[in-house]
Amino acid sequence: MATTLDSLLALDFPGAALAGLFLATGDLVEYVPVLVMLIFAVLFAGANLGLSFVLGAKGKTNPVKEAAYECGMPPITDAHQRFSVKFYLVAILFVLFDIEVVFLYPWAVHFGEKALQTFLFVEMLIFIGILFLGWWYVIRKGAVNWAQE
Amino acid sequence: MMGLLSSTQVATAPIFAHIFSRADDGSANFGWVIGRILLVLLIVHVLLILGALMVWAERRVSAWMQDRIGPNRVGPHGLLQPLADLGKFMFKEDVIPGHVNKVMYTIAPLISTIPALITFAVVPFGGSYEMVDGKEVAVSWQIANLDIGVLYILAVAGIGVYGITLGGWASNSKYSLLGGVRASAQMISYELSLGLAIVPVVLMAGSLNLGEIVAYQAENTWLVFTQPLACFIFLVAGYAETNRLPFDMPESETELVAGYHTEFSSMKFALFFLAEYANMTVAAALVVTLYLGGWTLFGLEQLGWGMAVLIFALKTLFFMFAFIWVRWTIPRFRYDQLMNLGWGVFLPLTLVNVVLTAGAIALDQTWLFFLLPALCVAAALFVAYMGLKREEEQFQPLPTAAGEKGSA
Repeated sequence: MATTLDSLLALDFPGAALAGLFLATGDLVEYVPVLVMLIFAVLFAGANLGLSFVLGAKGKTNPVKEAAYECGMPPITDAHQRFSVKFYLVAILFVLFDIEVVFLYPWAVHFGEKALQTFLFVEMLIFIGILFLGWWYVIRKGAVNWAQE
Repeated sequence: MMGLLSSTQVATAPIFAHIFSRADDGSANFGWVIGRILLVLLIVHVLLILGALMVWAERRVSAWMQDRIGPNRVGPHGLLQPLADLGKFMFKEDVIPGHVNKVMYTIAPLISTIPALITFAVVPFGGSYEMVDGKEVAVSWQIANLDIGVLYILAVAGIGVYGITLGGWASNSKYSLLGGVRASAQMISYELSLGLAIVPVVLMAGSLNLGEIVAYQAENTWLVFTQPLACFIFLVAGYAETNRLPFDMPESETELVAGYHTEFSSMKFALFFLAEYANMTVAAALVVTLYLGGWTLFGLEQLGWGMAVLIFALKTLFFMFAFIWVRWTIPRFRYDQLMNLGWGVFLPLTLVNVVLTAGAIALDQTWLFFLLPALCVAAALFVAYMGLKREEEQFQPLPTAAGEKGSA
């Protein structure tokens, strides 16, 4: 490992120290390609925006061009107004349920262990049972029912 | 570099050996890093080209389905149309209207595009069988062989929601705002079903690593055969996550003009467009990986490394075609129907599916896998039958011209 680090640091390419840090920490080495991909994606998207900013036609502006598009009607008010609170409700419910889903993943990975299986199954039944009660309450309250007022 | 050459996999896959295998002691070396960088460049380019081809394919296929010709002037069969489009996007004026929040408006397309491009990092696009500890196992080729592959995908895909929501909000236009909030509500609602549909897969394969999920399917059976319901729900939730018809409420052009990207033009619009098609590619690749055996096809993948990649590509292309196929076949849902389907039908179904799958594994009862899918098919048939019957009862023959005259 030391030789790997040395060879990387000796080459002194941009980000070598960071790459060396990743390599030195063992399993994290698999995240190096993800990092490379992220950098490439950022460069690609950023370069596209930059290029179109540089190459794009430079037009004059006028009040109509600056206005929000509303199918030809002059926009009356700012668009940042109140909207249905139901969207907010859905977001809150999502956070609640998504956390429950996250708890299921580690459980699912370890379910194959035969010695623990009965315990894991019963425990999860209770967990999902409570989750179901919550779901039933949400549905009966009409929290996600958009058809009626 | 010596450790690289002594790697055991050199004999089995000469071309990819230096990219996919680390040295014998498990450490990574410089050659490995360079190989991965080249691989990233290759994959991102393939994704971008596929995205461009999808735009072309969508226009051609929709034209074919509607008995039109579609773009056929630029290049053979209009194949170079995406390139022409790119040029046009590039040279169009980069309008930033006066009423928008300039910072958010500029970075929203980036937030949408970047996750779409990096999700593919953990998807195994090919592989080969190798001897590991005296046992032949399917070893997948991925850009990053992460042990938390499934979580990585859910996390990165979740970031894409921000791009669309921010784009809609920052545009400061009523259509955009409605499209944006609809998109966020829809995408997070279906993310639950999406996440829960993967849990049975993890239960069966015992790993979050996508390569190991494929290896499990190579060894046993494709998960679509034991988890048909989860596969179906994952596919439908995938359509909702990518905002494709029949779930294109966020941009429904007949009511919201273009939804969240109404106020976007030039390259910013193109980036949103690109993100949508890159997301479709990833969604198709994920269905293939999680439920349809990834790069395996009943032993045909053993013909060589090229064959494995080809099998994966063909399966993915089929599901990408299905995206277009569904778009031009099924009309849009109503918003309340969409929310009811996500929260009222898919969420409980996936939860029950998780319980039944765990029960089937714990009790070793294979028939339990098929109980819920069978019930669902029966319920669907019953609902369809009742619908047809009701329609028949409500059908009143129109009064004929002669009858009208007689009564008057």
